[in-house]
Amino acid sequence: MSIPKHFLSAFSFLTLTAGCCLALTGCHGKEGLAAFEIPEEFDTSKSYDITFWAKNDTNKTQTDIYEKAISDFEALYPNITVNLRLYTDYGKIYNDVITNIATDTTPNVCITYPDHIATYLTGTNLVVPLEELFANEKYGLGGSDVLFDSPAESEIIPQFLDECAFGGHYYAIPYMRSTEACYINKTYVEALGYTLPDVLTWDFVWEVSEAAMAQDADGNYLINGQKVLIPFIYKSTDNMMIQALKQQNAGYSTEAGEMLLFNDTTKEFLHTIAQHAESGAFSTFKISSYPANFLNAGQCIFAVDSTAGATWMGSEAPLCDISPDKIVNFETAVMPVPQFDAENPQMISQGPSVCIFNKAEPQEVLASWLFAQYLLTNDVQIAYSETEGYVPVTMKAQNAPEYQDYLSRCGEDDNAHYDIKIQAANLLLDNVGHTFVTPVFNGSTSLRDAAGHLIETTVKSVNRGQTVDDIFIEKLYDDTISLYRLNQSGGPNTLTAGKADLGKLPLPSVILLTVLAAIWAFILLYLAFGALKKKVIRQ
Amino acid sequence: MKKLVSLLMALTLVFACVGCGASDGNGSKADEDVKSEGVMTYEEYVAAALDSEVVIEAYVQAKQSWWEDKATVYAQDKDGGYFLYNMACSEDDYAKLTTGTKIKVTGFKAEWSGEVEIIDAAFEIEDGNYVAAAEDVTSLLGSDDLINHQNKFVSFKGMTVEAAGQDGSGNDVPFLYNWDGSGQEGDDLYFNVSSNGQTYTFTVESYLCDSSTDVYKAVQGLNIGDTVDMEGFLYWYEGVNPHITSLTVK
Repeated sequence: MSIPKHFLSAFSFLTLTAGCCLALTGCHGKEGLAAFEIPEEFDTSKSYDITFWAKNDTNKTQTDIYEKAISDFEALYPNITVNLRLYTDYGKIYNDVITNIATDTTPNVCITYPDHIATYLTGTNLVVPLEELFANEKYGLGGSDVLFDSPAESEIIPQFLDECAFGGHYYAIPYMRSTEACYINKTYVEALGYTLPDVLTWDFVWEVSEAAMAQDADGNYLINGQKVLIPFIYKSTDNMMIQALKQQNAGYSTEAGEMLLFNDTTKEFLHTIAQHAESGAFSTFKISSYPANFLNAGQCIFAVDSTAGATWMGSEAPLCDISPDKIVNFETAVMPVPQFDAENPQMISQGPSVCIFNKAEPQEVLASWLFAQYLLTNDVQIAYSETEGYVPVTMKAQNAPEYQDYLSRCGEDDNAHYDIKIQAANLLLDNVGHTFVTPVFNGSTSLRDAAGHLIETTVKSVNRGQTVDDIFIEKLYDDTISLYRLNQSGGPNTLTAGKADLGKLPLPSVILLTVLAAIWAFILLYLAFGALKKKVIRQ
Repeated sequence: MKKLVSLLMALTLVFACVGCGASDGNGSKADEDVKSEGVMTYEEYVAAALDSEVVIEAYVQAKQSWWEDKATVYAQDKDGGYFLYNMACSEDDYAKLTTGTKIKVTGFKAEWSGEVEIIDAAFEIEDGNYVAAAEDVTSLLGSDDLINHQNKFVSFKGMTVEAAGQDGSGNDVPFLYNWDGSGQEGDDLYFNVSSNGQTYTFTVESYLCDSSTDVYKAVQGLNIGDTVDMEGFLYWYEGVNPHITSLTVK
């Protein structure tokens, strides 16, 4: 039996062509949406239902503001209906988006963190790049056909807008910005014989915290006369680690997605934390509870939490979870987080951003963009920022007389003008130049979780009587890398760290691999047949 | 003599039937709740220091949530309740944790805002089954003794629904979505109930009982002034904060 050469050639050509086509299809990714293209005109003759997943701080005023914003927007655009879904946790939004990507039921507009968007971007054209929308003459920022007083791109605080850019595109617009603050029981600090410095340092916080640990014979702490005292409590330990590393110019991650967290500076910081956990001077939100609950009960001296948590802090706090009989009277000071270098303070910039998910119908996406843009108007920006220690993200809102009046009335009452809240907002307004964000890449969410995990595990281990030494920390590094799957290297946007499920192999890839296998089988069969034929001829 | 033997046999049969028909009156339980070797009694668990390793055996009473191989579960033995927070658990194993399932749990005792729990735990399923009957703790509300029943399946009888807050128009409402009304359908429900002149805040925890459950719908249908009987778990957050699993309007 012989196989004609022309048949072989034709077969090879066809299979190779098919393989190449399938390979290209496979590279393109699994069936994604077409890239969004801005329609020439917004079609007001059709109705659009869009969903808005919004995060609030379990704060009724915030949800009222969302509802009013929607109502006002719908009055301007009667053909757009915005359906609000409320969340109180960024992590829950993230989990739900991931779940809904699989079923193609993502929201239209979503409040989120840039780190989370980096993960969403693993889907093809899933998140809409916004720079063309920003610049669109009719519907862009400050566009001619926008039916409300939209800010121009130049009116968004550049630093906040830059935080939404990665991978060469803007994938979000900032909505609110906050940072962390240290809420201090100044009364206790001074009772211990200390004076708050101009810039709060880690050394000062640790020293005062240890000084506060003196007890009487019955086990009551001398400073508060109670059996419970944790002088220093940190809410977000990922931020604690990230800021400590940044302040010491130590590695955390790079724009290229390299993970530098597991270094000697980190190790040294963990040793310090272990030392103060050992004495009981330090704990965390995850291990003990909300810093505000301890602070307001006179059981904490340095409580680090977001400026967006300011309304919970202090003896007169308008929001409080503990019973009134447990609240202790004290003077509260609001300062930036502790620093290693007092001359060069560094603090994290955080807060909600808004992204837009792509849909098959471009008009629906344009409707989503119009609503997202509406969230940048002065009415929404000023009202929402005043609910907590947030600051507006536009200069237009920050410079508005209404907002300036709000700031000037600090302490006028214990609700709208609660002094701790306005001081927290001013803290960020005064320090925008000292804020930073961490690089965003697919896997940056996991790295952030890992940073917090190192501190939480160190404190828990100390509490459980384990020895925290270099061997412990090396093992902790290994375990953390494994837990968060940080050992899978790659470049930007290719890093597959984290708990993301890669899912089934796409069908085109399966076909391609099958065809390649068939070709190899055919080649081997042909070679074997040729060798056999030669052998038969020789015989 | 025959009469005496017959009487003894009849009495034996009666006692045997009584024994089969009921456990200790505290729920349905097949065997005595004897702990395996190396397992703490509830008393020993209570006495254990915070942050120490604990090993307990208990029976699943309710599952609250599962996410990324971590399960949060209410469990109970004949002496007390346990809250197993974020216990290592595969999705397959979570499906096996039906009400009454006996488990051996090894973890660390912790306290968070007054709630005593077992964290960083692992578990194994054992033979045995026990479903606790709800213990009426209405009379203990406001007393120092109530905390001794933390995490148990309990009941509250004859309590009166009070206003939980006001709506946008200033009208009193019987429940709120989230503690301050900032939530919406699907979020936790908060409502106030009173007994003997004291008012307490109870919760329908949406992970434990979501909006499709009877208790969620029952609370949504409450009216101020209703008299209600409730069952649930005695959770704690800066004070007692029962997580209700059933509610009947009387």
